[in-house]
Amino acid sequence: MKTYLPLVIVLVLATAYGIWWKRSRGAIRSTKAIPGHRLTEAVLGEPLGSRATMVQFSSAFCAPCRATHALLSQMVVPMADVKHIHLDAESHLELVRELDIRSTPTTLFINKDGIEVGRAAGTPKREQVLAALAAIR
Amino acid sequence: MSEILEKPEVQKIYIDARGPRFSASITTLVLALALVTQNKWVLVAQGLVFLIGATRGPQFTPYGLLFKKFIKPRLKKEAPTEDVRPPKFAQAVGFGFALVGAIGAFSGATTVFTVAVGFALAAAFLNAAFNYCLGCEMYLLIVRFKTK
Repeated sequence: MKTYLPLVIVLVLATAYGIWWKRSRGAIRSTKAIPGHRLTEAVLGEPLGSRATMVQFSSAFCAPCRATHALLSQMVVPMADVKHIHLDAESHLELVRELDIRSTPTTLFINKDGIEVGRAAGTPKREQVLAALAAIR
Repeated sequence: MSEILEKPEVQKIYIDARGPRFSASITTLVLALALVTQNKWVLVAQGLVFLIGATRGPQFTPYGLLFKKFIKPRLKKEAPTEDVRPPKFAQAVGFGFALVGAIGAFSGATTVFTVAVGFALAAAFLNAAFNYCLGCEMYLLIVRFKTK
């Protein structure tokens, strides 16, 4: 006896989820920042950028993390006032929990005072990064 | 390249990144068949494929071997490679679903079978259609959960 309904339901829901997921990858969203929470040099282990900093959380053997690292580290080369800090999520679990980071790569965009203004899950596109950085005063 | 991404303790094996996606397409078809026909043996067969993938590696499953022999030679020579571990983990997740589904089927709990196969199908479909890596998305959550 053949039943097509479960298959249809699964495919419809999975497709909807897949489309949403694909579109949300790399998008910089500002809804998760904890008000007043500051990421300082003491917490991150490195000095912040003079205007903005991109803090990327990666895991081992995560292919999108490599791509993100390659993109961001290369983008900051000509930017004197922006830094790219790269952290291993597993060795910073306290911070990961505090910031509620759920997947890697997750890149936090923070201003010179260490306040998060947005974050991106997945590999952002160059234009998205430029736009996010330009918005940080 | 940052050291964070290259933990040296585990011997790294890299595979053609296109292989797991091809396998996910076959898996999607097989699981869709299992779901439509409600045939537990189709699920058992897929479960065995998952087991091979989870223990030996996705490149050793029938789908992986098919890819290597017939598909790969017809593709571009420059292959994007990836660490074998995330796809291996994905196979383990698939095996978990298949096991639950099989137990459900053999004990007459057809809803358990349908739901488990449904989840496995969704994961395979997401990987095949959107290159969605379930293991990548779950990995950090698992680490967070395990080290309370």
